[in-house]
Amino acid sequence: MFNFLEGTYLISIVSFIWGLKFLSNPKKAKFGNWIASMGMALALGVTFVSLGINGTLKINIILVGASILLATILGKVVSKRVEMTEMPQLVSFFNATGGACAVFIGIIEASRINSLEPVQFTSLLLGLFCGGVATSGSVLALRKLSRKVSDYRYSWIKVLSRGLLLTSLLLITGASFGWIGFNFLQLSLILGGLALCYGVLFVLPIGGADMPVVISLLNSITGITTALAGILLDNKIMLAGGIIVGASGILLTIMMCKAMNRSLIKVLTGSFKGSNNQQTSSGEQVYQEGNVAETALLLGLSKRVAIIPGYGLAVAQAQHILRQTQKLLVAKGIHVDFIIHPVAGRMPGHMNVLLAEAGIEYKALKEMDEVNEEMSSYDLALIIGANDVVNPAAETNSSSPIFGMPIIKAYQSNSVVVLKRSMAKGYAGVENELFNKDKCKILFGDAKESLQLITNELKLI
Amino acid sequence: MVFENLDEAYFIIFCILIGIEVIGNVPSILHTPLMSGTNAISGIITIGAVILLLDISETDYLNLVLGSLAVFLGTLNISGGFFVTHRMLAMFNPKTKKHV
Repeated sequence: MFNFLEGTYLISIVSFIWGLKFLSNPKKAKFGNWIASMGMALALGVTFVSLGINGTLKINIILVGASILLATILGKVVSKRVEMTEMPQLVSFFNATGGACAVFIGIIEASRINSLEPVQFTSLLLGLFCGGVATSGSVLALRKLSRKVSDYRYSWIKVLSRGLLLTSLLLITGASFGWIGFNFLQLSLILGGLALCYGVLFVLPIGGADMPVVISLLNSITGITTALAGILLDNKIMLAGGIIVGASGILLTIMMCKAMNRSLIKVLTGSFKGSNNQQTSSGEQVYQEGNVAETALLLGLSKRVAIIPGYGLAVAQAQHILRQTQKLLVAKGIHVDFIIHPVAGRMPGHMNVLLAEAGIEYKALKEMDEVNEEMSSYDLALIIGANDVVNPAAETNSSSPIFGMPIIKAYQSNSVVVLKRSMAKGYAGVENELFNKDKCKILFGDAKESLQLITNELKLI
Repeated sequence: MVFENLDEAYFIIFCILIGIEVIGNVPSILHTPLMSGTNAISGIITIGAVILLLDISETDYLNLVLGSLAVFLGTLNISGGFFVTHRMLAMFNPKTKKHV
């Protein structure tokens, strides 16, 4: 029976690897997701059945079955109901549940077992700690994404969080060598508590703009936690799955940092705004307010239009009306490109998902690098709820905290219209010089309403 | 047991290399679905929760509750992760445009 189980695990591991490989390819991604989920169902199902048959404990079998069934249904319902704009939050939420699962595993094991191999003992404690950090960190990242929590950058937070990390690591080391007198359960509860606090303090000072990176990193930490649990339970598939997720998660994190031209260390220490806090007190911005009729006219008279979407589009749920606008423009023989910054929105690829949801064709979506050299060929750049990703300060002002970040060179196009709710700063919290330029008009209001008005106006032209 | 020879070390190193290799060339358009997909795969930790829960004594109520919670949360990670990834990817497919 056991060999049968091991064989199944092997098949599942291969399906995960293939699944990930396909998930990295736009044409095969759906199949990749399907094959990975089948591998997962197989592994879970066979584990349940083969261990359930041997076991005589009826209640446990019912509990396992009921938990799996309920969670599967709930997962399906939640993932169908949630708005596409809230995808990043949802990914973060599911990551938190995985971390919490690891915490419970650690506590249960600690309460039942008195002696373990040294390696397993350490993995249990480390896994418990990583799981706790992933859980509370993901929950806070989620709250930050939905702007329920703002950034706290007091220096005592950093001191406290480093202190907590050090204490926890000392505790794990001490316990592994048998220097600490707590019993196993006490130790695991203390460590779990420390980990939850550390997760919060770890994410608290990190800027909201960096949340995608943080979620990706926490995702990778959950992977590592899974691998540690695999060592603890001497289970190959948990070890393999965990390590693969951990490794690819770290790579993905680094790729995201590169897209923003930031180092991972700077993201983690929250030094994005640190330099900025001292210099925000510059005077009021001078800008020109545009109006709907003028914007519609500008659009109608252009030959080539670049639409640059940002998080404001997602917040306003304006992707469907944007599709209408695009249709109208194309019908008038105007060339429309959507230019997507690698980190537009709150997650890489977030904008692509939203625009695809609205039915905008794949070929109209351009990545920043594809078109950045020919931005001056556009008659109009329509910026919808994006700010930092078009801020020329990233290229010109070496004292700006976003200096060096690649931007879409919207300022090179012949004219610029920005749809914005207010003159508030972008997520990075810096002034945008683009808005001061003569060729730039700002149209205030909710992106969805503004686009609706513009579209109505366009129909008349 | 674990780590009694180098086999485990080979295993871990190969897994790391595979993890890095398979997503090496992913275009940024797929970053969000990929993150969501890997997140679902890390839900394999549920296997551990199932193994534990099946092994807990029938009178150890506290651990039965904790174990059930662990299985529940782990499965939620798996099912939610895969369904969400599917939903995101379905939107890239022009044939299934009306999908709400």
